[in-house]
Amino acid sequence: MNEALLASLSAIVGPRWVRHRKAELATYTMDGLPTHESYPGVVVLPGSRDELIAVVRQLHATRTPFVARGAGTGLSGGALAEGNAVLVALTRLNRILSVDPKTRRAVVEPGVVNARLSEAVLPHGLQYVPDPSSQTACTIGGNVAENAGGPHCLKAGVTTNHVTDLEIILPDGSLARLGSTHGDAWGPDLVGLFVGSEGMFGIASRITVRLEPIPATVRTMLADFPSIRSASEAVSAIIASGIVPAALEMMDQACVQAVEASIYAAGYPTDAAAVLLVELDGQPESVAAEHAVVEPLLRAHRARNVLTAETAYDRARLWQGRKKAFGAMGRIAPDLVVQDAVVPRSALPDVLDRIGEIRDRYGLHISNVFHAGDGNLHPNISFDRRNVALAERVRNASREIMTACVAAGGSITGEHGVGNDKLDYMPLIFDAETLGAMQATRRVFDPGERANPGKVVPVHACREWCATPAARTNGSHGRPLAEVTHD
Amino acid sequence: MTDGMLARFREIVGASGVERDPAGLPRVVPDSTEAMARLFALAHARSWRARIEGQGTWLSSDAPADFAVSTRGLDRVVSVSPADLVATVDAGVAIGTLRRRLADDGMWLAIDPPGRPERSIGSIVAAGTAGPLRQGFGPVRDHVLGLSVVTGDGRLVRAGGRVVKNVAGYDLGKLQIGGFGGFGIITELNLRLRALPRADQTYIARAGRDHLTSVARDLTEARLSLQALEIFSPAIAAEPDWILAARIMGTEDGVAAEARRLTAANSLTWQQLPVERASSFWHLSARAVLGGAVTLRLGVLQPGLDDSLDMLAATLDEGLITAGAGSAGGIRWSGEARIDALRALRRTAASREIPMTLERAPWPVRQQLGHFGAYREGVGALVSRLRETFDPGLLLSVALEGDADGR
Repeated sequence: MNEALLASLSAIVGPRWVRHRKAELATYTMDGLPTHESYPGVVVLPGSRDELIAVVRQLHATRTPFVARGAGTGLSGGALAEGNAVLVALTRLNRILSVDPKTRRAVVEPGVVNARLSEAVLPHGLQYVPDPSSQTACTIGGNVAENAGGPHCLKAGVTTNHVTDLEIILPDGSLARLGSTHGDAWGPDLVGLFVGSEGMFGIASRITVRLEPIPATVRTMLADFPSIRSASEAVSAIIASGIVPAALEMMDQACVQAVEASIYAAGYPTDAAAVLLVELDGQPESVAAEHAVVEPLLRAHRARNVLTAETAYDRARLWQGRKKAFGAMGRIAPDLVVQDAVVPRSALPDVLDRIGEIRDRYGLHISNVFHAGDGNLHPNISFDRRNVALAERVRNASREIMTACVAAGGSITGEHGVGNDKLDYMPLIFDAETLGAMQATRRVFDPGERANPGKVVPVHACREWCATPAARTNGSHGRPLAEVTHD
Repeated sequence: MTDGMLARFREIVGASGVERDPAGLPRVVPDSTEAMARLFALAHARSWRARIEGQGTWLSSDAPADFAVSTRGLDRVVSVSPADLVATVDAGVAIGTLRRRLADDGMWLAIDPPGRPERSIGSIVAAGTAGPLRQGFGPVRDHVLGLSVVTGDGRLVRAGGRVVKNVAGYDLGKLQIGGFGGFGIITELNLRLRALPRADQTYIARAGRDHLTSVARDLTEARLSLQALEIFSPAIAAEPDWILAARIMGTEDGVAAEARRLTAANSLTWQQLPVERASSFWHLSARAVLGGAVTLRLGVLQPGLDDSLDMLAATLDEGLITAGAGSAGGIRWSGEARIDALRALRRTAASREIPMTLERAPWPVRQQLGHFGAYREGVGALVSRLRETFDPGLLLSVALEGDADGR
């Protein structure tokens, strides 16, 4: 790494917060996906917004590529830096700047841990709804970059539905304020465009999120089924009834057995082919009324048992098994590929059959835990990456699973992002023109393509777009517009 | 020039797809996304400026252009999947037509935008105009899973998909939703549907404005689950006083319980509207927005509602107003207004950090004020570059920003 750059970064953040020795960098070589690993050139950890701005400006001045990183839980290889790229770790920017219970808004720095935000607003009877399984570690900034979801996004929507306002630092070091705290935006929906751009449009330095009231009543049900198909059909029946549960999560037998053998044991029946967690929330009467509809639907689709958690303790226990399922799989093998794909709900049974067939053919251990209500699958492949031949089988099986999901009308990722893991799958769902549009949009924010280079858009598969130079310099829309906000 | 132009248009859409508008301007009515793409590739090559039209019930067809293009010919409901609760529809399909088609299968699209039932879904999405149901079901963007858009230079971009959760690639659709056609012309949409609710009740109460907003605050603090909580000015409701309207959806028992909480816990006299009257109440109030030549919306949350309504009354008038009285907020105003009054409103609103979006107005107003007009730090440059990317010839006749002195 360039000594002058190290010195200039150290001058901004202090030498302690610039890491460049190999042992120091090891922490930053993965994002939870064991199939992708790379060492960044250097890691810099700014401690304030001003330091972050200064760092980005310095990287711009030296034309240095960089990768923004939160907690590194993304699972798509998106937060990895390669070669001489600088990894900008945002975990020290972890302040909750304000909470306004009246407007139900909080303003946070990007490194605030997801679960910490909900804890902080709890005294106001509010919560931040998107709850990735990694919520005790993952950051709001990372959630914004990936447009993260979570079990409770079925009814309430994913990250993009909960972010109203962003201050971003563009890769050239300039600032832009997107969206509006008040709901409607100043201009086109650039917040919507930025959320999910995987760190390739710039770095969100201040994030305003919408908070939601904690529901008066929550009822969590556990149903177990003799087949995955009957559980999937129960999911479709519930949605078709007009009831949208707060969460609708499924685990297959392999997953249940891993959970029950672990310290996260939740009392799931290990002989069931599938278990379904259904959570209803709202006013007590509504929840009771919905329960009266949902329970018979579960039984009509051959649920063997339907348990209802009555206490907060029981609910937490049921959820712990689900949320820690990925951790529980650590018992099975040293490495785990958490896959992420989406299919139309009606295709769930067939796609799960197909995944079973792929599993058998490749001789792999696959556990399924997923957001059934959204059709968002997580087939998890347990393996040992030191076994090169096995790792190759995992790669090939992953591709077949993705292809099957796309063939069913789905998408290659529902919440983890493309990163570099799914770069090659992008042409399965987007044509060259649309990929070209993505690349051109990226260049609007980052003409030098220095922010998180090489991710999301497979450049070789794009049709080239270029804005006309004349329009760029002379167009009637090219002038900067007056700032009337603070008149 | 016009004869040659017409001939070229006919080559793309056939003779029946080319007409003239009342002012004699050529109007092209493509019947497929692909024809639309060919049309804009041609227009771009010839530097012909285009005006985008839908069913012609919302925005007046008056933007200056060399030709008009209508989405009327894009009129197919391509597919409806009750199992997956998703529909693929052409952008020219009227919202009323779509509603009827979906209801046949026990589904609905949970948006109630202002305007007539003839208004096209493309217009609703391009303008991002949500109605009172945004309280329960979110803004228009929450209902769009994917879309096809033809850019100003005739490229066809297919953003998003047909599943409810999808983070593959950048979310390009968001730029088009509420982009007023400045970044292309939406031709096809994948929409998120819902099963029709088992029960759907509407309650209204009449009182003075401040009394109603105060009650609405209490209801919000009490965390009632209301799918709409909207306040209507006397002019828009055709009533002597202001009206607060609440809509409750869900299971029969759940709705009944919520209705009891609504009607018991405050100082208003609530009246439940019978099904037919409830339906006409919401439809008429949506249509009444068209009663003024200018419609605008203000991004206001509930705590700022009273002050913002005062600001509107002081700057324009207490005309046709509907406002979100629940946590979603938002004010829509329609009426007649001089440009300098609108400009003053935008300035005053901006000083309070309230964005004002011009939703519809005659071209001279749009041209001078722009749909958005004012941006915050750094946004103007991004919007300019995005426009140049998606409309490199700047040939889409859409006034996002307005003239320099309109701001």
